[in-house]
Amino acid sequence: MNPFIKYISGIFTALKALIGGLRVTWRELWRKKVTMQYPENRETLVISDRWRSELHMPHDENNEHACTACGICMNNCPNGTIKVTSNMEETEDGKKKRVLDKYVWDYGTCTFCNLCVITCPSDAIQFNNDFEGAMYDRSKLIRQLNKPGSKLREKEKVEKPAAPAKEAAKPTEAPAKKEEKKEIAPEAKKADEKSSDKENK
Amino acid sequence: MNYNQPLELTGLVSNLHEFFRDNLSPFWATLVEGALVLLALLTLYAVIALALIYIERKITAFFQSRLGPNRLGKYGVIQSIADMIKILIKEIIHIKEVDKFLFYAAPFFVIVSSMLTFGAIPFGQGLQAVDFNIGIVYVLATSSIGIIGVLLAGWSSNNKYSMLGAMRSGAQFISYELSAGFALMTVVVLSGTMQLSEIVESQRYAWNIFNGHILALIAFIIYLISGHAETNRGPFDLPEAEGELTAGYHTEYSGLQFGFFYLAEYLNMFIIASIATTVFLGGWMPIQIKGWDAFNQIMWYIPSYVWFFGKAGFLVFLSLWVRWTFPRMRIDLLLNLEWKYLLPINLINIIVMVVMVLMGWTLSDWFPALFGN
Ligand code: SF4
Ligand code: SF4
Repeated sequence: MNPFIKYISGIFTALKALIGGLRVTWRELWRKKVTMQYPENRETLVISDRWRSELHMPHDENNEHACTACGICMNNCPNGTIKVTSNMEETEDGKKKRVLDKYVWDYGTCTFCNLCVITCPSDAIQFNNDFEGAMYDRSKLIRQLNKPGSKLREKEKVEKPAAPAKEAAKPTEAPAKKEEKKEIAPEAKKADEKSSDKENK
Repeated sequence: MNYNQPLELTGLVSNLHEFFRDNLSPFWATLVEGALVLLALLTLYAVIALALIYIERKITAFFQSRLGPNRLGKYGVIQSIADMIKILIKEIIHIKEVDKFLFYAAPFFVIVSSMLTFGAIPFGQGLQAVDFNIGIVYVLATSSIGIIGVLLAGWSSNNKYSMLGAMRSGAQFISYELSAGFALMTVVVLSGTMQLSEIVESQRYAWNIFNGHILALIAFIIYLISGHAETNRGPFDLPEAEGELTAGYHTEYSGLQFGFFYLAEYLNMFIIASIATTVFLGGWMPIQIKGWDAFNQIMWYIPSYVWFFGKAGFLVFLSLWVRWTFPRMRIDLLLNLEWKYLLPINLINIIVMVVMVLMGWTLSDWFPALFGN
């Protein structure tokens, strides 16, 4: 191209680009402001659902939770924040069964990576939105998540609320197989060994 | 053609003048009036700076979807007063190994230069302290003194960041001063005078930017760009590029001395806006249309200083808008823009303007019934 024409057209392209930029900021000027004036708008404050602040274990109205004390979350936690302790109990038909004794989570060392929640096979734990976690005492940061006297939800009950939710996310085929797998999950055995190891130590 | 101007300050000013002339000897009258004008200008200077700092912070926040200062007073209006108090009582840190005399003199160059320019601005009808017949040249000259302060500050700080900042600032200022000067000269050609009050008067029915249509518009844009660059703002703030130079030439300054630089920066922004207003947008002249006496009367009810601050405020807003839109330029691009684009365009522009004025192609020549003086 003729350098002179290039020079002139360069000016106009530049002007066009600059005006485009100005238009963007002009729109931005009138946009809703994102600032939250926190202590004042405490009632109306909206926190994103994805916000992770405190790990908690949902309990239903019968004081039952979904944690099978498998310890997968504990093994996956990069910081050793979770301590799951379990007891062995004998059911009526003589089988041995692991029962959650204490589920302890340390707010102070958690990095909120969400690995525990993702890997939990029973969806027993979640993060909630209560972000006001400041404490005067460090010992208050270490919390037991299972409520006193709570117990594991019975299998039949688990299937109904938990299964459809999982199906929605995963391919719908062969739910029965999955259930079978869960029962004989190899990790569970490993975890079992480990936790017993720890107890021995 | 004499309109009723109830809120104008001309009456007050001339009353004061008569009062002093009647009661004092001519020498003392001049002295007292001078002192009063000085006091008024200094107060205005400080008030405008504080207001600008507040407005800038607020508008900046809005551009970034924030709320800006809103804790001190309603909507945070007294925030900048609190900041001023803070900066006044801050310790001035004495730096070892600086060139003491130059170091302490530098802020004064900057602030005095912007004060001198400030005095020449016609704020309203009869509200102009300095009205030379070479007003434009005076304004250009005084506003250029500031760069000496910047260079001295960088030189005497004994700090490589300051030095680099000052050098960049020097290169930038000297380059863009050319463009600013030529852009103003284009208008001088158009209005045929350098006296600011006459330039305002000549824009009674057609602001220069309309009177000289395309050419004046080009000059206007060039003036705004180079004005931005001269005040080290907007996309041209590379003398203070924080990422590279901490704070550029005023890195070593603290307390009130830093306050001087800060104040001068904001005031220079306003000064550029007000010179552009005066020269291109009709200064304090209300909008008037020839023959529409009732309309003109209504326009005159709004006092001239409100017109002036309104127009200047619009230009200040424009400068903020630009500032928060464009990323900072690199030094070579900056100099490219000036020497390869603005300056040649400007030179051609001024020649074409001369031809246009000689041939009578301005709006007031074409439509004397509507725009002629
Ligand atoms: S992974 Fe889930 S079920 Fe297993 S121990 Fe952790 S919370 Fe309980
Ligand atoms: S979020 Fe991460 S760090 Fe926190 S408890 Fe879960 S796995 Fe551990």
